[in-house]
Amino acid sequence: MSAQTPMAVAERRHGARRGETRRRSGLLRIPLLVWAFLLLPLLVELFWVFWPAANSFSLSLTRWDGIGLAEPVGAQNFRDLATDPIFRTALWNNVVWMIGFGGLSVVGGLVLAVTLNKPGPLVGLYRSAIYLPMVVSLAVSGLFWRVMYAPDGPVNATLGLLGLESLQRQWLADPAVALWAVLIAAVWRQVGYIMVLYLAGLKGTDPTLEEAAAVDGASAWQRFWRIVMPQLRGVNTVVFAVTVIDSLRTFDIVWAMTRGGPYNETQLLSTYMFQQAFTTGNLGYASAIAVVIFALAIGFIITYLARQARTED
Amino acid sequence: MAAIAPPAAGTAPGTPAVRPRRRRRPRTARSPWLHVAMIPVTLLWLSPILFVAFVAVRSYDDIAGRGLGALPASFSLDGFTTALTDGGVLRSLGNSLVVTAWAVLLSLALSAIAAYALSRFAIPGRRTILLTMLAGNLLPPQILLVPVASITEALGIADTLTALVIVQVGFGIGFYTFVLHGFMRALPAEVFEAARLDGAGPGGIFWRIVLPLSRPPLAALAALATTWIFNDLIWAMTVLRTEAKFPVTAALLNLQGGYASAWNVVAAGSLVAAIPTAVVFFMFQKQFVSGLLVGASK
Repeated sequence: MSAQTPMAVAERRHGARRGETRRRSGLLRIPLLVWAFLLLPLLVELFWVFWPAANSFSLSLTRWDGIGLAEPVGAQNFRDLATDPIFRTALWNNVVWMIGFGGLSVVGGLVLAVTLNKPGPLVGLYRSAIYLPMVVSLAVSGLFWRVMYAPDGPVNATLGLLGLESLQRQWLADPAVALWAVLIAAVWRQVGYIMVLYLAGLKGTDPTLEEAAAVDGASAWQRFWRIVMPQLRGVNTVVFAVTVIDSLRTFDIVWAMTRGGPYNETQLLSTYMFQQAFTTGNLGYASAIAVVIFALAIGFIITYLARQARTED
Repeated sequence: MAAIAPPAAGTAPGTPAVRPRRRRRPRTARSPWLHVAMIPVTLLWLSPILFVAFVAVRSYDDIAGRGLGALPASFSLDGFTTALTDGGVLRSLGNSLVVTAWAVLLSLALSAIAAYALSRFAIPGRRTILLTMLAGNLLPPQILLVPVASITEALGIADTLTALVIVQVGFGIGFYTFVLHGFMRALPAEVFEAARLDGAGPGGIFWRIVLPLSRPPLAALAALATTWIFNDLIWAMTVLRTEAKFPVTAALLNLQGGYASAWNVVAAGSLVAAIPTAVVFFMFQKQFVSGLLVGASK
């Protein structure tokens, strides 16, 4: 079947472009096997990604428990979301997460990349240590940090040793700090990735520009902001898009550490969506949350795509 | 400069070589401040892993008596044996390995043929197709979860490892295709011309020329995909219901529920779960890093 469809498509195209003989012969020269090569993966992706994604949109306009038929309710789910306090907490937490997680990992990654840019003794070791956490899954990272944050765990023990008993607390059970405690764990894992991106960006900068500025008497700070940073513009765009997309996707580490608790204080849109879908069974409502996540992400996805499209030229 | 785009593109024949570094400024003695700052940072960075290792080798009584934060005063591998056998970590590791191996193999195979078709043939709208495929990989998974769960049920493959493999393949293809396309279209046209004159068909050219030449990006993507798929949690939780089929990430979260006070078991299980990806990382560090750089060109 996959051999017939493309030919039909190709034929129709020919009809439309009778004049372009050169092009037509080019098209005819595409062998059937090549069409199969393209269509097999494309159909897999269409069926398992684009078709489900489209379904989410229609599901978001229904009430559905997954067993009976989905009952259309119009935009009611979205109206309910607007007044749902947990949804608002999750949305706000996502904003905090994007700024906190994004800001800390970008600043940390950039500082480390600049520090470890020039090769030297031990530098390779430092770099490996910083990006080692990346190989640990987010779920396992969450478990690691549960050990760290346990009431009698290393974090509190260290604070005790330093005489800072007043700062000791139940990190993951205290609504005031739980979100930040999870966020630190996520940053621990992300910094290495950002550092790798910036290290590559720095490799692409022209060292002679910096040397010339140094000769002209520019301070290290000025050289960094005026000479190096402008050359990193491309990396910055990618880092920005990646960070935003990653923050909206964040799920595993929160699920592993708090499941959105205590009292939904660490709920993100992704965890709340998952809970509504697979714990509570409100599939329509969950799809509405998914649509909100999509709406927030799409701008950044397009930014990223536009950039990739340009580099494809 | 674009040396970053397809990983190790610099090794492909025909791509411009990396610009040679200009003469380096003679350096005076390196400042010790780098190490003064970096040694504590490095230790701090490794401390969660170190502490978990400490907890994993302590006995239950030692932890209960002296607290999680204390340094080890005992050595016991009970945590590991309990986690691996009763805790089911060994079985779930097996599931993870099966899923990862199949998913990596299938996604790279499908992406390679798609990238070949899109990069070497004048398929109408190929640029749009390519970017659409990439876009599919960038979608937040949440928008797919509910429909994917019901599709697997409708097809009768819900709660099977097969379903998990297929879902991972479908979601990953777009990105891998995009990366491989970037590499394959940079391959020099003369090679293809020569092969065609020798009478090789499109299949033969793919198998005997494009695949062998594409080994560097395939290796980078394989390293990256292995860690992604092995570390996945959300797809496993969406597709699978039976605990015996869980991959190690999902199984560990259950372990943590079942052995809530036995921290040595939880710590040992988490360490074991991190070992396979750590091995991939250390064996293929270069490929892994170049894989991460994919898409961050210029």
